[in-house]
Amino acid sequence: MDHLLSVAAAVAAVLQAVLYAAAAPLLVGWIRKVKARLQNRRGPSVLQPYRDLRKLLGKEVRVAHTASPLFRAAPYVVFAATWLAAATVPLFAVDLPTTAVADLIVLVGLLALARFFLALAGMDVGTAFGGMGSSREMLVSTLAEPAMLMAVFTLAMTAHSTNLAGVIDFQLTSDFALRPSFLFALAGLVLVALAETGRIPVDNPATHLELTMIHEAMLLEYSGRHLALMEWAAQIKLVLYGALIANIFFPWGIAQSLAPSALGIAIAAVIAKLMLLGAALAVGETVLAKMRLFRAPAFLNLALLLALLGLLSHVILEVGA
Amino acid sequence: MSLVALPLLQQFVLVLAALVLFSSFVLLSQARLVSAIHAFAWQGGLVAAVTTVVAVAGDSTHLYFSALLTFMLKAVLIPWMLHRLIRRLELERHVELLRWYAMVNMVAVALVIFSYWLVLPMVHEELAFTRNIVAISLAVVLIGLWMMVVRQQAVAQVLGFMSMENGLFLAAVSATYGMPLVVELGVAFDVLVAMVLFGVFFFQIRESIDSLDVDRLNRLTETVEETDAETGAGSRPMMVKSAVAEGE
Amino acid sequence: MNMSAALSLVALSVVLALASSAVSLAAARMSTVVRLLAMPLFALAGLSALAGGLIAVLLGDAVTTTLPLGLPWLPWRIRLDALSGFFLALIGVVSFAVGVYGPAYVRGLEKGRDSLVALGGFSGLFLTGMLAVVLADDAFLFMVAWELMSLASYFLVAFQHDNAANRRAAFLYLLMAHVGGLAILLGYGVLASFGDGFAFDAMRAASLSPGWASVAFVLAFVGFGMKAGLVPLHAWLPEAHPVAPSHISALMSGVMLKVAVYGFVRVVFDLIGEVQWQWGVAVLAVGSLSALFGVLAAMMQRDLKRLLAYSSVENLGIIFIGLGLALLFLGTGYPLPGVLAFIAALYHALNHALFKGLLFLGAGAILHSSHEHDLEQMGGLLRRMPWTGFLFLVGCLSIASLPPFNGFVSEWLTFQAALQTWQLDSGVLRSLIPIVAAVLALTGALVAATFVKVYGVAFLGQARSRHVRRARPVPHGMRAGQGILATLCLVLGIMPVWVIGAINAIPEQLLGTGLPHSATEGWLSLNLVAANGASYSAPLVAVLLGLCIALAFWALRRGAVRRVRRCDAWDCGFAPPNARMQYTATAFAQPIRRVFGHLFLVEEALVPRSDGSHRHQLTIGDRSWGLLYQPIARWVEAATRRVIRLQSGNVRVYLGWTLATLVVLLWIIS
Repeated sequence: MDHLLSVAAAVAAVLQAVLYAAAAPLLVGWIRKVKARLQNRRGPSVLQPYRDLRKLLGKEVRVAHTASPLFRAAPYVVFAATWLAAATVPLFAVDLPTTAVADLIVLVGLLALARFFLALAGMDVGTAFGGMGSSREMLVSTLAEPAMLMAVFTLAMTAHSTNLAGVIDFQLTSDFALRPSFLFALAGLVLVALAETGRIPVDNPATHLELTMIHEAMLLEYSGRHLALMEWAAQIKLVLYGALIANIFFPWGIAQSLAPSALGIAIAAVIAKLMLLGAALAVGETVLAKMRLFRAPAFLNLALLLALLGLLSHVILEVGA
Repeated sequence: MSLVALPLLQQFVLVLAALVLFSSFVLLSQARLVSAIHAFAWQGGLVAAVTTVVAVAGDSTHLYFSALLTFMLKAVLIPWMLHRLIRRLELERHVELLRWYAMVNMVAVALVIFSYWLVLPMVHEELAFTRNIVAISLAVVLIGLWMMVVRQQAVAQVLGFMSMENGLFLAAVSATYGMPLVVELGVAFDVLVAMVLFGVFFFQIRESIDSLDVDRLNRLTETVEETDAETGAGSRPMMVKSAVAEGE
Repeated sequence: MNMSAALSLVALSVVLALASSAVSLAAARMSTVVRLLAMPLFALAGLSALAGGLIAVLLGDAVTTTLPLGLPWLPWRIRLDALSGFFLALIGVVSFAVGVYGPAYVRGLEKGRDSLVALGGFSGLFLTGMLAVVLADDAFLFMVAWELMSLASYFLVAFQHDNAANRRAAFLYLLMAHVGGLAILLGYGVLASFGDGFAFDAMRAASLSPGWASVAFVLAFVGFGMKAGLVPLHAWLPEAHPVAPSHISALMSGVMLKVAVYGFVRVVFDLIGEVQWQWGVAVLAVGSLSALFGVLAAMMQRDLKRLLAYSSVENLGIIFIGLGLALLFLGTGYPLPGVLAFIAALYHALNHALFKGLLFLGAGAILHSSHEHDLEQMGGLLRRMPWTGFLFLVGCLSIASLPPFNGFVSEWLTFQAALQTWQLDSGVLRSLIPIVAAVLALTGALVAATFVKVYGVAFLGQARSRHVRRARPVPHGMRAGQGILATLCLVLGIMPVWVIGAINAIPEQLLGTGLPHSATEGWLSLNLVAANGASYSAPLVAVLLGLCIALAFWALRRGAVRRVRRCDAWDCGFAPPNARMQYTATAFAQPIRRVFGHLFLVEEALVPRSDGSHRHQLTIGDRSWGLLYQPIARWVEAATRRVIRLQSGNVRVYLGWTLATLVVLLWIIS
């Protein structure tokens, strides 16, 4: 725990958390821009999500008569839990105190906490849409969470640690090896990330009035700063998954010390990686169609199967004995 | 044995073998026949790729040849023949209702673990690489057989059978650097002939019972009384559905 | 403070529990006595057991004494060590909360026709039985206490016996409790025959052959597993727990099931001692099955207390997953991960006692103020009973294992134990255990979905019936009872290092090894096993979470527009929603029912009403009835039909049988 006391590391950790919150809308703007280009549109500026947030923050809040106090508390809990979860994922430097505070399982737990309140908020006003959204969100998460944990366990079994910094350190320090288990874990994690962040093919982030929506259905009754917080949390979650995938499976460039040059390279590297991932997501969303809700379990079963095969191929192929 | 200690080419073989196993799972859970054939083609291609990598590693000429043969046969010719077959049988849009979907996959996972357990005591530590590949191959064979058990559609069963052959071939290539060329040619020819025979057979079945649902073959047993067969048919709503799908 | 002080405190608690029982029985028809005297005595008994147990755990020592009771050649012996201290504390804390909660709740039952005297009397005996089971140091006292516990709880289940379903549930409970008791007795028989006597010391010293040890293990597993409600022996649990009065349900689900866990741990880890890894595989399989089946069944329920009972099956499954991992690691010679798994199981046992107690007390509060136990009739209770709503939320968050509450800590520990599998030599075990971890993860996610359903349908939205709309906040005593447990849920979630440091005495005493000191030092962060390994700093997570919430709140409060205007719900611009347009509990579970439904016997039907409309009817059947119980029942019936031929009704025939038996017996002993 000695690095907990280091001031520089603590500053870097706070900086990283702030960066997560600050950069989250940008990634969404970037994805929307690429998507628009792919669809032969010009699309709004990449800064549009910031403008949306500012507009929402300045608006009056309207709350339904039937809402309980939980309805007004939920956005804060959702935002805080998501943000804290993001802060534990190394963005540009490995050995930050935040990774010692919480490991991968805690990360999954914090995201589950956010989801719990989100789903409750959806049911609070007592509208049909809200309940529908919550019910479906819980279905998706029920199948996605074990897949995510399995993928995480594959990494943890290889690195002998559920500490994210430990996993990344292992990746950086061990000799290069083609690991079938990592391949499967990566594929599984990508599928989970798509489902959990409400992207196509599981959910459609761009539409509201559609009977198949999941995430947006829970937010229907929110307005003003509450809505802003919820939207912001969703954006942070997207960056979180992006950084998780980028830094675990392609850790190159991440800073292993807090020297300014290393940090500079690391930030440039992570921006490049996230831009690439964002562009890939935009391409995927352009070529794929949204699935029917009851196809989603098959999709998530595939994620679970991939993660499970990752574990098995780790045990069978990589360890021997 | 540690993975890092292995030469890169062997690591590559492991990755490809893992992908072959994955393609077995994909094959097992495809509801549409066309996608299943595609999955089978991919599996054939992967087996060919394994053969190529082993050929590069062992620098053996005849393995190059058998890689080429495998690719042509398993990834191109047989899938193409099956495609043609289901087009002529008008099964392109056939979707089989997969019941107990998760359970079927779980059994397949259990088969993987079982085959690993089976080969564990077989060889010594220094041969762990071979043994692990054999475990994967055995799993591919068992999953192929399992696919023949759970599928009702005759074409899907043929796919299961063919993927069993893929598993055997994978074991042969990676464990013993391939069989003698004559044997390989013979096996390839056998598979091809089997394919042709299956094709002829399908038409015959369809001719006589108007469907490729193998559960309908139950009716052909002579000892079963007519009423039993009728109730047997009644308890399978599945069959009605496939008949409708074929009728379209 | 020393062990004898602890022992006197525990003895005091047994006396107080007996006094509580005696007072209510003596009170005859004056039900106020039960409320004003018996319940406080009950709470004091709990408090004193808690204190005694805590001291025993913290001292980590053992003390034995012989009571002047029992048979002449087999006096009752009691022993207080760290393990029994832990379970005494567990029993004590929930009993204390129940005692605080009880008076106000019992008042609500006064109007009914059922005898409060019986309620108070058997509650005291029930507590006495549980305390004595944990204290017993010989098989004789253990079995007597065990039967006392079972019988007392039978009468509590049958408390509202006007209802035929309740009588049936109580009978089923009694039947299965006795079958389980028989298995335990046989298990002790095996141990005693090797160990020369019924005292636990003699059994501990006995050396069993592996085969006989396995026999004893299987008998103990069946017996205690039946009491713990493990699948497929769970059938009695969802019937019996919901029909008892709610504070008794809290005791049965929260505490009595843990006594079964205690029995299992005592017999397998302590008395048998030499564990085999194959047992671990069996326990793991049964535990995973129970966890998954329990939570899926809970998801399908619409009766709140029944749902909570099924959720107990699931939680016991998780506890047994931990114990199975411990057996497996210890049996293959890896004490450190084994101890980790053992501690995870004990931690979860404690957590489950707290949050399940809390949730049952909450369900009781709803029942008290609205007389409703059907989720489909509830709704909007958070605004009508804010305190109960808030405390129930704490329970839901804890049981859904969300940080920073206590359920998360034990789940984290179990996962960490499962992740130590890379140390094992056997490749097959290495690939099987991660699958158990996957089941555990799936279970966790399903629990979250289940409790979103419970809380969302019961406490949020709008009231779905008239009497729920008129619900009133419950009295202070009931709130306090829930508040104690809720606070402990949070404390145990935030300060896991202290708790683990205390629990560590149990494996040190029982198994000879504990966790390394790095894991139990300090208070800030939970570090396990390796230096760069996993760590979880619960206090920091809690503080940071609070800080983030405060920061967001503060930053947005300073914004230009602070007003909040109340308006109608938007709902995409449709007509203002009414209570009947809300998602129901059944509707909420529908997607999950569709994915996992074929594990149950689901029957859906549209029943036409007289006015031409239709009513959707859904019944969920438990497949274990058709697969296990009915065949056994049929078999027993067939066997009795054979035996019935002996019954001719003629006295002389019976005398003939007696003569024949006598002759045969004499021949055997000659």
